[in-house]
Amino acid sequence: MSALVKLEEVSKRYGDAIALHPTNLSIESGKTTVLIGPSGCGKSTLLRLVIGLIESDSGSIELNGNPITPDNINALRRRIGYVIQEGGLFPHLTTRANVVLMARHIGKSEEEARNRLLELCDLTRLSQNLLPRYPLELSGGQRQRVSLMRALMLSPELLLLDEPLGALDPLVRASLQEDLKKIFTRLGQTVLFVTHDLAEAIYFADAIVLMNEGRIVQKGTITDLRERPADPFVSEFINAQRGVASV
Amino acid sequence: MNQIRHAGTEETLESADDESRRSTQFSRFLVWIPAPLLFSCVSAFLIGSSSAATDVVIGSKKFTESYVLGEIAKRLLIDAGIPAEHRQGMGGTIILWQALRDGQIEAYPEYTGTIATEILKADSNVSLHEIRDSLEKLGIGITAPLGFNNTYALVMRRGDAHRLGVRTISDLRKYPDLKFGLTHEFLDREDGWRPLRERYALPQQNIIGIDHTLGYTALANGSIEVKDAYSTDAKIEENDLVVIEDDLQFFPKYEAVFLFRSSTRPDAIAALRRMEGRVDETRMIRLNAEAERTKDYAKAANLYFEGSARSNALDDSFPRKLARWTVRHLQLAGISLLLSIIVGIPLGIVASRGGAVGNVILGFAGVVQTVPSLALLALLVPLPFFGISLRTAIAALFLYGLLPIVRNTATGLQDIPRSLRESAVALGLDPIARLWKIYLPIASRSILSGIKTSAVINIGTATLAALIGAGGLGEPIISGLNLNDHVTILEGAIPAAVLALLVQWCFDLLDRVLIPKGLRL
Repeated sequence: MSALVKLEEVSKRYGDAIALHPTNLSIESGKTTVLIGPSGCGKSTLLRLVIGLIESDSGSIELNGNPITPDNINALRRRIGYVIQEGGLFPHLTTRANVVLMARHIGKSEEEARNRLLELCDLTRLSQNLLPRYPLELSGGQRQRVSLMRALMLSPELLLLDEPLGALDPLVRASLQEDLKKIFTRLGQTVLFVTHDLAEAIYFADAIVLMNEGRIVQKGTITDLRERPADPFVSEFINAQRGVASV
Repeated sequence: MNQIRHAGTEETLESADDESRRSTQFSRFLVWIPAPLLFSCVSAFLIGSSSAATDVVIGSKKFTESYVLGEIAKRLLIDAGIPAEHRQGMGGTIILWQALRDGQIEAYPEYTGTIATEILKADSNVSLHEIRDSLEKLGIGITAPLGFNNTYALVMRRGDAHRLGVRTISDLRKYPDLKFGLTHEFLDREDGWRPLRERYALPQQNIIGIDHTLGYTALANGSIEVKDAYSTDAKIEENDLVVIEDDLQFFPKYEAVFLFRSSTRPDAIAALRRMEGRVDETRMIRLNAEAERTKDYAKAANLYFEGSARSNALDDSFPRKLARWTVRHLQLAGISLLLSIIVGIPLGIVASRGGAVGNVILGFAGVVQTVPSLALLALLVPLPFFGISLRTAIAALFLYGLLPIVRNTATGLQDIPRSLRESAVALGLDPIARLWKIYLPIASRSILSGIKTSAVINIGTATLAALIGAGGLGEPIISGLNLNDHVTILEGAIPAAVLALLVQWCFDLLDRVLIPKGLRL
């Protein structure tokens, strides 16, 4: 299995606070890797380093063998999709304009953009009637579907999801989880998924990466984590959420 | 069934297209700003230069007699076939002298005493001959005296003077509690209040500075008891005042003359010289009284030409004057607003990034706002390139309009949630596209409200432009203040207020076009 993303000795600190100790991590192509851990454990920091929203203090990050540098980051970002909890949709643009923004910006034809848009409506099960609406006219679940469409517009090699379902109510959340998983499978998508919810991690993950205090504590399947904990913290974390984990 | 659904989809996509086009309207609005600006600048330049190139411009100071003399001079020039323009009530001595030196005006009426002490900084008793020699070196010519001596004088109500037995200025020493209301110019002049007080050892402490015309009202209602006046002032008789005798001969002679640039066309100089020795004190008082009575300087000037052919100068009707004032007013406010937008938005963008530079920008714009508008005008006048001109007024208004735009642009951008900024970055938009397609449209409401504030401020402040001869709706306000004529003041004040409301209303409409619909939900 080949690694699409490779982090080597990547670290980040804010003043005296260490957000991420020197860290190594490979993200397998075509798989869903879930970063999980308590608040402030560094999982979002790691994700934001990959998309270049923050710069690492040391180490290197490679995407498909190309080291990410300030010079090429903007081009690489167009090969990465990014969805956040708040959706990040631009309120002054309609659903359609939000989704096709980048495609049009890099000069894809209107026809090409329109075809891809219709494909994505199908894929994410978003009604085409919603395309002329503005983000404020959509429900939370609809907004996240649109956000996903925008992230997938340019057929990215890598999809980054930062607690994409965190703000949704349980029913909407469950239905979106199901849809997301189908989409990942159908596309053979490489996904890096951040959540603090163990049940969600188990549902999506090919590999779970458990983090604590700026370090990766253990990487493996849920069985690995349950039966062969690398650290007392692993068991502690899993037991704290056993209500759902045992389901 | 299938067909119907297909048709519906097409329609949805079409209208969606429309929406995305509309959303960049604000950005396109910004693109178009330079076009009208360029146009306005060119037209402003033409206004500024064309009048100077073809007409002989006469200036006058901000009081009745100067207005009247200016009108007479204009008539004389026009009757001699020379195109002439009269810029009324441009300000005080220093402003007029500066304008004459800079060539913004060709001539203006002045007084020998003022020339000696204020302009040449010499003793007030220098002879006319010496004055002529000194001015010649500066490239300025002087006519012979026009025939009357308008010296400074102190005046009181006739009743007060009788009751207190005040006949001479020396008598004032006995009444230290008298309230004096003096013009600002008299208070500051080298030959004004301070040396007068010293010469006569006057003990009064209760001295206030007041506008010349308002001073007469204050005198009439008893707010003040003594004020300065000009000896040919029509108000002296009109208000039943007496001139207190200058028993120590403190006030120098103030013989009226015209100053002109030596380079002025000879036939224009010859026309001005036709006033020499033609206006004695009685005649001047009569002309002044006529001007104050009719509130019309041109009519008063006509008296001078009694018996001669009627002037071919146009009698302006009120609607025409109003149109002229309003157009000029909109020019002043509009050009300065466009400049404020063009400079203010980029500064606001830089300021929104914070840091030392951002603080300096916001600090500078804030400080400019705290300078009183009148003082800002006065500060710009002596600078090269500015002087008494439309340019100066526009520059001052531009500086005034800067702060609301800079501040609103900066806060509008800073208020964009981090999640939206990061989404724009994460999508891979380059910095310019982020600003243009995302940040500025999202901040458009705040930016437009800053522009609206600037526009309304500019409409109000532009009335002050008339103080430096730049015209606009301030013109009737200032001459009304000068004539103590409320109707004339309202002729400027009401249209200015209406204009401000209209501008506000237009911007409210503009909001609906320029703020993307998605932000107005």
